[in-house]
Amino acid sequence: GGERPVDDGVLADLEEVLFTADIGVKTATRLLETARERVRKKELSDPAKLKAALREEIARIVSLDGRLDAGEELAIGAQRPFVVMVVGVNGAGKTTTIGKLAAKVQARGHSVLLGAGDTFRAAAGEQLEIWAERVGAPVVRGKEGSDPASVCFEAAKKGAEGGVDVVICDTAGRLHTKAPLMEELKKVKRVIDKAVPGAPHEVLLVLDATNGQNAIAQARQFHEALGVTGIVLTKLDGTAKGGVVIGICDELGLPVRYVGVGEKVADLRPFSPREFVEALFA
Amino acid sequence: MLETVAKGFKAARNKLKGRTEITADAVDDALRDIRVALLEADVAFDVVKRFVARVREKAVGEVVETKVKTEKGTLKVTPQDHFIKICHDELEALMGPVDTSLKTNSKRPTGVMMVGLQGSGKTTTTGKLASRFLKEGKKPLLVAADIYRPAAVEQLKVLGAQLGVPVYSEEGLKPPELCKKAQDVAFREKANVILYDTAGRLAIDEPLMEELEQIKAAVAPDNILLVCDAMIGQDAVKTASEFDRRLAIDGFILTKLDGDARGGAALSIKEITGKPIKFLGMGESLDRLEEFRPEGLASRILGF
Ligand SMILES: Nc1nc2c(ncn2[C@@H]2O[C@H](COP(=O)(O)OP(=O)(O)OP(=O)(O)O)[C@@H](O)[C@H]2O)c(=O)[nH]1
Ligand SMILES: Nc1nc2c(ncn2[C@@H]2O[C@H](COP(=O)(O)OP(=O)(O)OP(=O)(O)O)[C@@H](O)[C@H]2O)c(=O)[nH]1
Ligand SMILES: [K+]
Ligand SMILES: [Mg+2]
Ligand SMILES: [Mg+2]
Repeated sequence: GGERPVDDGVLADLEEVLFTADIGVKTATRLLETARERVRKKELSDPAKLKAALREEIARIVSLDGRLDAGEELAIGAQRPFVVMVVGVNGAGKTTTIGKLAAKVQARGHSVLLGAGDTFRAAAGEQLEIWAERVGAPVVRGKEGSDPASVCFEAAKKGAEGGVDVVICDTAGRLHTKAPLMEELKKVKRVIDKAVPGAPHEVLLVLDATNGQNAIAQARQFHEALGVTGIVLTKLDGTAKGGVVIGICDELGLPVRYVGVGEKVADLRPFSPREFVEALFA
Repeated sequence: MLETVAKGFKAARNKLKGRTEITADAVDDALRDIRVALLEADVAFDVVKRFVARVREKAVGEVVETKVKTEKGTLKVTPQDHFIKICHDELEALMGPVDTSLKTNSKRPTGVMMVGLQGSGKTTTTGKLASRFLKEGKKPLLVAADIYRPAAVEQLKVLGAQLGVPVYSEEGLKPPELCKKAQDVAFREKANVILYDTAGRLAIDEPLMEELEQIKAAVAPDNILLVCDAMIGQDAVKTASEFDRRLAIDGFILTKLDGDARGGAALSIKEITGKPIKFLGMGESLDRLEEFRPEGLASRILGF
């Protein structure tokens, strides 16, 4: 009662909310078209219902049609060692996420070994080593400039020999447009499989929530090259909403496993579709 | 970069083909494509809105002379060319005036303070700027003022060693004290440029934003540069305006433009802060820093 009817003004406001959350033209337009259609058919008569319908639709998409329940974490399978490879563009938050993830996996009662597969960036190995110390996990490192594939091979092999439950391999940040660097990642993946047949069991793509539409290209190309199995959305503790993952989930059907909400060990949370949608419209 | 924008402009151009007068309908049609292209390039929503409104106002109702006499003879001007020129001028206006200079200090070492979000490229760009100063015959000192991120100091030391440039770090000091003390170190090292590499932080992190204000007060840097990832989306506006409000930045640097990021943030940040784009980061190695040039960017946006 007393609510204004759904008119162009209401739709324009919603459009602004969607666009400023980085949802992107394609996905936002599709969401709004569906909404507009339902308004036209008089299924939705007031703005509150319209908003609720939009939320529901977005929650449906990011929960992969309800297949992804709230708080579903990385499923650590029966394989030993269970190998996780972490990839993404420069500065997205890979190394930090690995530190946090290691702590989480340990808290679930699993032993963890880290592989310092970034042998390229200045002090990347030292950075992972500090995280390893912080969470009390061993780390396999190579010399700076050494072959990342051989470091990850060593890590996976050492994990197998030492009866470690979970091996998590860091990789150097790279832009998805750089073919030789993407080839290098494919090689890392192949070599891990040689050390532990069937591994890596998870390929986690780390996406920075402050990124805009470029994240779609990142997801497409990393997925095409490696077969990504899950996404970690970092830096959600800022003002960015990370809306671009809606289109990514919709197009690629990849689950968001975790969100990063800070720089401390505890700042990694299982992804909650509900909370994500609430924050989007907050 | 900006291929989609270019595509949008081309589509818009086609919609105006064969007309002599730019009618409101035709312009609206063309502007719809341009709006989409700019949004897909991550230009901020408000900036897109204002851009479209300004172009519309300028373009509608213009009767275009189809032949124009110039020194080189008679040129044919089509309404679509005219429309594109309006867009081009408006885009250039948005990105200019160009000022890629850094302020220098004649009395003491020139100070350059690097600030920005986590992972945007501050430390790498600090190294790139040092490399640039070296080529100009200057003697830079790098200051490791990120005492938080694991191995941030080590990272800067590696870059310093690569360049043969001294790096000052000291345990147990808070960043403002450390930066203050760096000025003595610069004197001892006979350095004439001091580059302060600060920790990444969110613009809403009150204690850390205050820390930056304290560093600024302690060392009065001649340049405060915001380092921004070219892949940044709509958040660019909030982040840039807050860093600018707190610190009065002198300009910004857009990094990671060696990929396919469309870099719409360049337009947004310039429009929102009014501060110039100084440099573009074009790769991970220390020689991959370019001075910003608007013609390149505007032409790219327009697709020619
Ligand atoms: N606020 C916030 N900062 C984060 C988060 N995750 C990572 N960071 C910060 O982002 C910066 C980059 O993180 P890294 O883990 O080094 O990123 P990376 O992907 O390994 O970077 P490269 O190896 O250089 O490609 C660091 O300053 C981290 O502390 C997060 O969830 N929130
Ligand atoms: N491709 C590319 N990568 C870049 C560029 N500039 C920086 N990087 C990479 O981006 C990542 C982050 O760079 P850093 O210099 O560590 O960023 P930062 O802002 O100092 O990060 P924090 O100190 O954690 O906030 C690293 O992997 C760099 O190599 C660039 O212009 N192009
Ligand atoms: K947020
Ligand atoms: Mg890393
Ligand atoms: Mg840094």
